[in-house]
Formats: sequence, C-alpha cells, structure tokens
Amino acid sequence: MSVAEFAPPSIRPGHRLSVDEPLRLDSGAALADYAIAFQTYGRLNEARSNAVLVCHALTGDQYAGPEPHPITDKSGWWSTVIGPGKVLDTERYFIISTNVIGGCMGSTGPSDLNPATGKPWGLSFPVITIADMVRAQVKVIDHLRIDRLFCVLGGSMGGMQVLQWAVSFPERVFAAAPIASAARHSAQNIAFHEVGRQAIMADPDWCDGNYLDFDKRPRRGLAVARMAAHITYLSEQALHRKFGRNLQDRRAVTYGFEADFQVENYLRHQGTAFVERFDANSYLYITRACDYFDLAAEHGGILANAFRGTPTRFCLISFTSDWLYPTSESRAIVHALNAVTANVSFVEVETDKGHDAFLLEEPEFFATLRGFLAGCARHRGLPAG
Amino acid sequence: MSPLGAGGGAPPPLRGDLELVAAMIDGGRVLDVGCGEGELLAYLTLYKGVDARGMELSQTGVNACVRRGLSVIQGDADHDLKDYPSDSFDYVVLSQTLQATRQPRGVLEHLVRIGRRAIVSFPNFGHWRVRIGLSLGGRMPNTPFLGQNWYDTPNIHFCTVRDFLALCDEMGVVLERSVTLDRFGRPFRLNPRHGLANMLAEQALFLLRRDRA
Repeated sequence: MSVAEFAPPSIRPGHRLSVDEPLRLDSGAALADYAIAFQTYGRLNEARSNAVLVCHALTGDQYAGPEPHPITDKSGWWSTVIGPGKVLDTERYFIISTNVIGGCMGSTGPSDLNPATGKPWGLSFPVITIADMVRAQVKVIDHLRIDRLFCVLGGSMGGMQVLQWAVSFPERVFAAAPIASAARHSAQNIAFHEVGRQAIMADPDWCDGNYLDFDKRPRRGLAVARMAAHITYLSEQALHRKFGRNLQDRRAVTYGFEADFQVENYLRHQGTAFVERFDANSYLYITRACDYFDLAAEHGGILANAFRGTPTRFCLISFTSDWLYPTSESRAIVHALNAVTANVSFVEVETDKGHDAFLLEEPEFFATLRGFLAGCARHRGLPAG
Repeated sequence: MSPLGAGGGAPPPLRGDLELVAAMIDGGRVLDVGCGEGELLAYLTLYKGVDARGMELSQTGVNACVRRGLSVIQGDADHDLKDYPSDSFDYVVLSQTLQATRQPRGVLEHLVRIGRRAIVSFPNFGHWRVRIGLSLGGRMPNTPFLGQNWYDTPNIHFCTVRDFLALCDEMGVVLERSVTLDRFGRPFRLNPRHGLANMLAEQALFLLRRDRA
C-alpha cells in the first residue's frame, strides 16, 4: 500500500496509544480497535493536577509545541503559546495534545488499513463526530491516570471539543477555554465545508475515495479545498494589508490565468503545501464532524441545559474580525452559561487578523488566557506564577 | 502579574463609595454590573471570600479583569441581565451606572430579581449644587461627579434621591439600608426621604430587595 509517502506512525516522534476495546460512535457504528497519537510537553506533577489538554483545529494535529513538525519541519501550530515561560508554561503545566480520531497523523483514520479487508478504509471508515473525538481522547487521559484535567482549551474545531468535554465530562474539566468557536455549525460554516468536500470529490484522482488503492492522491481537489477554506480564516482587511492588488514578480498583468496577483500565488502555495501533510479523506471526515456539531440539539434545543450544574470555570474568547466563528457565536454560549450561573469570563479581542488570530501573536489574547489560567490555578491550588 | 495580591495584610483602600458597597456584603455570590477594571470584585474575592462575577461594557475593562483572573463577561445592563435566572446571586451591585442605562426601571427590576439583595449607587441630581447651577446659572450641571458636557455625557437618565425612592415604592422594592454622601464623600445621617437629604447628598447608595409579600 502506498501510505508510506504519508510518513507512517512508526517514524513519527511522540506517543501512540493503541486501544483494543471498541469505540462506540454517535453514528451507531463502532471501531473495533483504534489508536490515538499524542504529544506531551512539560511534566505531570505528583498530584496529577496540572494537566492541560490542547485540542487542535480542523487541519491541525498533535504537534502543537515548539518542536519541528515531522513533515513540514516547522514548529507546531501553537508554538507561540506552548513553551517555558509562555502562556501554557511547560515549567508549570503538563500539556497533552492528541491527534483526533479520523485524523491522519497517527490516530486511526480513513487512510489506515481496515483490519477486516486489509485495504485502506477510504469511505468505508465510519463517520465520526466531535463527541467521538472526545470519547477517544478520554482513553488517553485515562491511560495517563489523570482524573481531572486542569484545563481543556483549543480554537475553532478545538473549541468544539472543549465544549463537548465540558458537557460530557464536567467533573473531569476544572477549566475550559473555547476560543473562536461555536456551539453549533452555522449554515455558512456548513456551506464552506461542502465547497471543500465537493472540490476533493470532483478530482478524478479521488477515485471514489479509494485513491490509495490506485497509488493516487487527489492533490488538486484537496488544494482547492484548502484555498477556499484559507480565505475564510482571514479577514478582508488582513488579506488587503498583506497583498493588496500587488503583482507577483511582474510589472503588469499578463492577460492570462497565471498567478498574476500575490494573493493568488499565496493561496496556491497554501494549497500545495497542505496536500503534503494532509489526507483528503480525513478532510472529508473531519469537516463532516464539525458540520454535525450542535450542542443544543441533544439537550432539547436549549443550550443552557447542556451546562446545567457545571462545576467548570469557562473563558470564552472571540476576535472582532473573525467572520467564520463570529463573536455572536461565543456570546450565545456565554448567555447559556449565564442562564445556569456558571462561572464564565468572556473577552472579545480587537484584531484585524480574522479567525486565524488564535494561532498568531496577539498580545491581548495571550494576556487574557494567561490571566484566566492564573486565576484558575489559584482556585485549583496550583502555583499561579 | 498577580493583582489579586498575595493575600494577608490590611486591605488596600477602595474608592470611597466602593468601600461602602463592600461593607454591605458579607460573602456569598456577587454580580457587579459595570465592574470597570474589577477593583471591587478583586477586593471582595480576596478579603470577603466572595464568589465574585462581573459584567462590563468596555472591552478594555473586561480584558483588564480577566487578566487579573476575575470572572467577567462583556455585556451591558440593558441587554444582558435577562439571561440570569432569578435569585441566582446574593448581591447584585450597580455602582454609579444606573443613570447611564437606557431603561433604568427595567434594569432595577432585573437587579432585584437576579439578586436576593441589590446595591445601587448613583449621583443625586437633587444636590444643591446641581439645583443652583441649573436655576441660577442656567446651565446643565458640571460638578466633579457629573463632569461631562450635556452633549458627551454617557449619563442619560438622571434622577434625584426622591425620584429614585418614588420608583422603588412604585415597584414595590424594599429599602433595607441607605447611605447618603455629602460632596466630600462623607456619609451623613439623615432619613433619605427627608427633603434636606435630597439637597445635601451628592451621592446615594441603597441596599434593596424586592417585596416578597
């Protein structure tokens, strides 16, 4: 089989937990056995009370920290946040970052072999949900013998996992910080994901999902999906500030369809770089998991009911120029938490960087997160730093 | 930074009226509506063991609070109090903010609904300096407490002590305690319903509850 191109788990650094009991999924299907890849940073204290679970977004993975990524060789997606003396201070916290189930960086996903057929799962992999991702993460936390996480945090889809953790396992989450996220996917969110999926499926190299059997990869389709999605992660101002109408290595437009504009060149680069590290079917499954997410739906349509009696301390953070998961989505969660008198903080950070702001250097955002964690640490009896 | 302080030692001084608010609170769960940068919340958390929450309109205020480790959300009294269930707090504080709300009556209703007690303070528009400024000077008041011009003040619903008490009576809100402060911020003993109190008080502070009869 041809997954070798994809850096098999054996050559990846970090941990991989194999679970040989079935994972029962929201769809009704079950995975007979599965593996979850994860990274850790810092040290678990003796009381096992300083553990922080970091949840990655749609195209993220377990490599959140400062170490070079095994495929891209760049530092991890939250290396601005994780490290000694940083907001998630590795001198004080034990940070766990898992690859979601359905992912393609070592956790069981559609590019793995289906033990029943000996061939890659492809579209025969069961559809997974955000709650399924959390169920699989629980096994890692159990394996590490951690009863209660000090904090669960993450942005975008990571924020959905945070919310699901707080709702499904309230006693195991001391503090929760969903960032630039939502309690449900809006029609617009679903629409953009559908564009991405259709781009992948329209690529003849997708082969009805069985591209690995034919030693092919739907590169063009996945790249287009990434290009479209990438626009949604940025704000109009940020795009304009970065590129304007600047031309790419030329003095005048060429009256053709090459990448005349810098913004075109940038998006093409984003697309081609992405296909080197991401599996197209994983993209289908993970976008679907986001689309199906609706916390209120399973609580009689009333979001507040999901949080009733919660002991968790929440901090919600949104960004003014994020139009993908706008402030109104965070505010709806805040209202629900207020309705059950949960302990909640909410900050909207002024920035023109769009949805991606949670991945970037944003002093106001960092200060908020640092303050929240310090306050929670005091309440948890951890050194507040 | 650790603005909640290291604990121990004498409490630092609070802004005069906040000191009086703090003195009315004896623990429990407190919501400070319009909590600014969290001065009162930090004090209550540290020295009164209160489960303190805040709401603040200005983003800089909210951010400052959360950076201090306080539980504060961005919101405003007119729109965001309706989400809180009844009797969910022991005290709800609205300090020097009532006159800046769009619907003071609605806000007051929510305060006494959400809190078992509400603590409300406001600048008294019946103070003699205000009266003189308006009657003799013919200009809108510009005192240290009402220091902005009429066109740029956030204060849109001024009231006097008597106005406020009339509203409480109309709404069946019970006055449990009252403190009136002169223009030097000193409390003075006089029944707040007395006409003279309405002349001398530059600020007033009330501990209220809804009539449970």
